Amino acid sequence: MAEKFDAIVVGAGPAGITAAYTLAEAGAQVVLIERGEQPGTKNTMGGVLYRKMMDDIIPGFWEQAPLERHVIDQQWWLLSEEAAFSIGHRNLGHDQPPYNAFTVLRAKFDKWYAQQAVKKGALLITETVVTELLKDKQGRVIGIRTDRPEGDLLADVVVVSEGANSLVLEASGLKPMPRSETMAVAVKEVIALPREVIENRFHVSGNQGVVIEAFGNATLGMTGNGFVYTNKDSLSVGVGAMISDFVRRRIHPHQLLEHFKQHPAIAPLVAGGEVKEYLAHMIPEGGYETMPPLYGDGFLVCGDAAGMVIAVHREGSNLAMTSGRLAAQTIVEAKRDRDFSAHSLSRYWEKLNQSYVLQDLRQYRRTTPTIERNPQILGIYPSLLNEVMGQFLTVDGVPKREKEKRLLRLVTRRRPVTGLIKDAWRMGRAML
Amino acid sequence: MHIVVCVKQVPDATEVRIDPKTNTLVREGIPSIVNPYDLHAVEAAVLLREQWGGKVTVLSMGPPQAAEALQKCVGQGADEAILLTDRAFAGADTLATSYALAKAIETIAAKEPVDLVLTGRQAIDGDTGQVGPGIAARLGLPVLTYVCKIRSIDLTQRRLVAERLLEEGREVVESRLPALLTVVKEIAEPRYASLPSLLRAARYKVQAWNKDDIQADAQQLGLKGSPTVVGTIFSPPGRQAGPQLEGEPQAIAAQLVHELAARGIIGIQGPVGVSRFESITQRQSA
Repeated sequence: MAEKFDAIVVGAGPAGITAAYTLAEAGAQVVLIERGEQPGTKNTMGGVLYRKMMDDIIPGFWEQAPLERHVIDQQWWLLSEEAAFSIGHRNLGHDQPPYNAFTVLRAKFDKWYAQQAVKKGALLITETVVTELLKDKQGRVIGIRTDRPEGDLLADVVVVSEGANSLVLEASGLKPMPRSETMAVAVKEVIALPREVIENRFHVSGNQGVVIEAFGNATLGMTGNGFVYTNKDSLSVGVGAMISDFVRRRIHPHQLLEHFKQHPAIAPLVAGGEVKEYLAHMIPEGGYETMPPLYGDGFLVCGDAAGMVIAVHREGSNLAMTSGRLAAQTIVEAKRDRDFSAHSLSRYWEKLNQSYVLQDLRQYRRTTPTIERNPQILGIYPSLLNEVMGQFLTVDGVPKREKEKRLLRLVTRRRPVTGLIKDAWRMGRAML
Repeated sequence: MHIVVCVKQVPDATEVRIDPKTNTLVREGIPSIVNPYDLHAVEAAVLLREQWGGKVTVLSMGPPQAAEALQKCVGQGADEAILLTDRAFAGADTLATSYALAKAIETIAAKEPVDLVLTGRQAIDGDTGQVGPGIAARLGLPVLTYVCKIRSIDLTQRRLVAERLLEEGREVVESRLPALLTVVKEIAEPRYASLPSLLRAARYKVQAWNKDDIQADAQQLGLKGSPTVVGTIFSPPGRQAGPQLEGEPQAIAAQLVHELAARGIIGIQGPVGVSRFESITQRQSA
């Protein structure tokens, strides 16, 4: 007879660990199941962890968690083939507790975070793959099946936080196979450099960190971006773009990463570094429109598995953590009422609705599709902007009035005025 | 049947490097695993228990985080796990380690007699293979090394027949019990543990014993009890890149033949040169 728990959490990423931690803290019997050797070994992100959502769960976590640097400087670079137009924001208000964001290496961070859940009383089972959800005759989810001998477990509620590649939800008919237009793939390298070199190249000291997001030529105009994040003694350097774009353009992600690393604005940042790790991961960027049902009889869905990513703001792990926390709270309330029906668990949806999670996902529901359908936005503008800036800043004796006329012609030749207006309107509508 | 298995937590050998400046092993950030040979020993013990009944106790010495390795062994089927952990144990060589483990096995046996002690053939970090025989010597047990198969056990006569893996073949030996066996991987393949077993391990609290729990003489423990001094550890120098020949394939081939002949690696009969090379290739293409 399979053992029964209050809750089973499938997948030890930010969503799952948060759910297990919060449930265990509330005194629930919870088991957290992870297919990797350790939590974190299969988990990847660019590397920015936002302070607020983690602070909600473990107040003052930065005192003890394995973090890399706290972010004081955020930059956006629009790249053409050989030029960069950049804007940035350096804020020394973010240089002191409670900080705003940190760079992290997930292999270290997730392992630590899962240990905190274990300390609260969650049972962690690793190297075990959940293959499907168990249902009763009425179709209610009552547990899980794993690939282990005697591998069934029962629970009042199953929290599905299995990540971007949602094999359990797909096997259970709760989510269709994703389309390549809704799924990005990101690859990154962790490149070791001495601390002093990083401090010199990025103008930081101590544990101050810089994050750079690069657009345009960084992805050869594909929907996505490149990034450079500073760790303690390494850089996380990567690129990501929609899978459909990679397929259409016949470009391999690693080729794109090599291209990005060789860009004249990026190459000096990574020069002399030794590649320590190579990582790749899918990112569900379909947004609100592609979210599966988030609750049902006996189950809840959190994090990447629920499609909770706001690509344009580089947010995902924070949404995952908040959703994991709200899922756990919902289960605690359901346990109190002894009601694990879809009706009872719909409180999870209400909580998400009241939080930034669903409000933001709704606001940005059109962003990725808009950029995807309008390749000129990342294909033309970054290089055009660099061309305009290059000519404008070249002192060549041409009278300014004449130069302005030439620049206007340059712009309208690449994109007529009606197109410019349309693009501005589309992006405004997609973002605001 | 009560079987004690001695296990060690080691850094994952596939990721260990030697720091070129200090000539010491870089252990920082390297994941820890159970010494692979020891997992085979645990499996052999669990199979014996499944056949004969009784109990499998796993024993290790190490820092508090070595409890992870013992928990893994419980997941693989061990019943009890004991970790010797005490600052007094730190810095032990194989002599001091075998002393501490032998004292612990005496302590275990005082409560519940031990029929068999198993260890892996060696740990993949130190590669000495001395601790198992060291324990046997201290406990006065017969020791069989490199055991690849346990043929039979007779608990009434208290005899065991096992096969040892030697370079030339296999040696069949008989021993009285209790005995200590160091085992090779062929003894048993670690199982894919069942989910209930993993849950038991996740809940299991490893017992921590200090030097007083095993009534050890502090002079024989840790650094004090360790006569071995490691002078230096170094990586052998890496291979230098060889000379490279550049140019037209035919010219390079001729030059290569000359180079090899000049070093006495090959002997040449008759004229060597482009023409001869061409005549060979022409013959082949014809």
